[in-house]
Amino acid sequence: MLYRENGQFKSSYAADQQMLPILQDRVIMFAALVFAFAAVPLIASDYLFLSILIPFLILTLAAIGLNILVGYCGQISIGHAAFMAVGAYAAYNLAVRVPGLSFLVVLPFAGLVAAAVGVLFGIPSLRIKGLYLAVATLAAQFFMDWLFARVKWFTNYSSSGSVSTAPIELFGWVIETPVEKYVFLLAVLIVFTVLAKNIVRGHIGREWMAMRDMDVAAEVIGIRPVYAKLTAFAVSAFYCGVAGALWGFMHLGSWEPLAFNLNLSLNLLFMIIIGGMGSLLGSYFGAAFIVVLPILLNQVPAALGIPMSTAMASHLEFMIFGALIVVFLIVEPHGLARLWAIGKEKLRLWPFPH
Amino acid sequence: MRRNWPVLLLGLVLLIGLILPLASGAAPAGFYVEVLLGGLMTGVLYSLVALGFALIFKASGVFNFAQGAMVLFAALAVARLAEHMPLWAAIVISLAIMVLVAWLIERLVLRPLVNQEGVALLMATLGVTYFLDGFGQTVWGSDIYKIDLGIAKEPVMILEQVFQGGILVNKEDFVAALVAAALVAGLTIFFQKTATGRALRAVADDHQAAQSIGIPLNRIWVVVWSIAGLVALVAGVIWGSKLGVQFSIAQVALKALPVVILGGFTSVSGAIVGGLIVGVGEKMAEVFLGPVLVKAFDLAGGGIENWFAYVLALLFLLVRPEGLFGEKHIDRV
Repeated sequence: MLYRENGQFKSSYAADQQMLPILQDRVIMFAALVFAFAAVPLIASDYLFLSILIPFLILTLAAIGLNILVGYCGQISIGHAAFMAVGAYAAYNLAVRVPGLSFLVVLPFAGLVAAAVGVLFGIPSLRIKGLYLAVATLAAQFFMDWLFARVKWFTNYSSSGSVSTAPIELFGWVIETPVEKYVFLLAVLIVFTVLAKNIVRGHIGREWMAMRDMDVAAEVIGIRPVYAKLTAFAVSAFYCGVAGALWGFMHLGSWEPLAFNLNLSLNLLFMIIIGGMGSLLGSYFGAAFIVVLPILLNQVPAALGIPMSTAMASHLEFMIFGALIVVFLIVEPHGLARLWAIGKEKLRLWPFPH
Repeated sequence: MRRNWPVLLLGLVLLIGLILPLASGAAPAGFYVEVLLGGLMTGVLYSLVALGFALIFKASGVFNFAQGAMVLFAALAVARLAEHMPLWAAIVISLAIMVLVAWLIERLVLRPLVNQEGVALLMATLGVTYFLDGFGQTVWGSDIYKIDLGIAKEPVMILEQVFQGGILVNKEDFVAALVAAALVAGLTIFFQKTATGRALRAVADDHQAAQSIGIPLNRIWVVVWSIAGLVALVAGVIWGSKLGVQFSIAQVALKALPVVILGGFTSVSGAIVGGLIVGVGEKMAEVFLGPVLVKAFDLAGGGIENWFAYVLALLFLLVRPEGLFGEKHIDRV
């Protein structure tokens, strides 16, 4: 009853093209932003920040990156953690070798390096697709794992192979407490979400979707496959590189070579399958789901008084993830985002569905 | 045919890499042959896992990411059951379990997804992988277990007259290679000579044509998945007795992916040859190329066998996407 667009007329091109065309959406979005920026820092505990909110924000960014490639351009990748690793190590090396550099320089640099590597490993996608591409990206994953574990230069000759970072300083603001990290990450995520939204609804995003839906037809109407695919790889890897740098600097602080392993890649893929492929909102849902589920699995049985070992919990987690993937693929291939859209549609018609 | 020269070039480079350590005198002949044999034995294991991939892909077009998880599951089943009963009984019961698992996967996961894109199927089998990994360890436990085939494990010295110092060989490895060869021979006969085998090949060639002449697709797919379960069991038992049964089997089994790319997705013989190439290639690279790289770039240790197979597959994709023995048809983009 409250959620409908009756009487909201668009009288200019700008109004026609705005991101949230319905007034109610704008109100809700504004309220959500106020809540996230003002209320959450006041009420959330440190535990909530460190184990849920911060990983959620960073992984959402990475999931958006993967979604651009898989969901929008239709190129599968099971090696995206490799690009996160590239971003993290690029940021680390720049920060270590050029002391005093602003993080606002380091972060895009990490993204750009990751984008370059992404294009490199995206080149096979020009000749192959689907399953073959999966193996090609797997090659990226294992090669990067090895590279950062073995080549000492990348870890600045640290004896254990693990690296640690100093807290980030931004114009004299040292981002150290969980609340500060949260606010910073939230701001970064919002900037990148708006950016992604505009990329995917702009001409380049439409090219990607055309490539995804039918590459031959796209080529016939004048879309260059090389350009479309490689830009998708570049943008996707850029997002993951930024996310990787944030993951290293903000969440882990210090990390070992295998912090960005195949498991993380697969988790990213699960996020966008469960959340919804080809949907930015879905990336949020999926990341939230993947971050929260293991914590729930650890705490619910304990709260109910069922004894469960950590090993058991982790096996259960595997089983539930696996089963959920299959269920989602069969029942709702467009994921949670699709369910959300259906709910919204229902709300528009409620309470008179006819 | 004009496109053949990059393949030849790649093959030539590999061949040179194979011969160089021996020719340059960097390795004593005995040691060289040992490495070669070790690589071949690992290759046999890869081949066995890859065989499962190829069989299922050929017959149903599904890229079964879960083959590695099935190997782990089978190995765990045999190892744990063998604690309570004789080995042969454990293997028989495990076989029954694997057929059941394969049937359930086909029934619950893939039947509802029939006619979906290959990528959706790939992701579904990824889900199955996670489920089987978790389920297997919940049911059977997650420690490291042993499968004792009752074959002496101590290495035997052979060919002492030919090479200085002789060659150390595990008797077990030979048995493994024999079993693998027997399995492949058995499968070949099954595919070529029996009615079911012929039906399988018909389905592999063309689903619709096969269905229109009265071949029951559903039954055929169950048969294929059961055979994949059998292959997984054999691979699991051999692997488990060689290296112990533990979670890492599922990860190492991922190496079968580059193997099938190398050999061609639809080819049984490709799976075998590809497995041997990858096995030998990565062992050779690790032992002979590794130290060179470490010295040249000041690395913190070798370990290039972790990615060698994948990068080899990647190169192969660039020059010959259909693999060594695969069918020519592939979507060029």
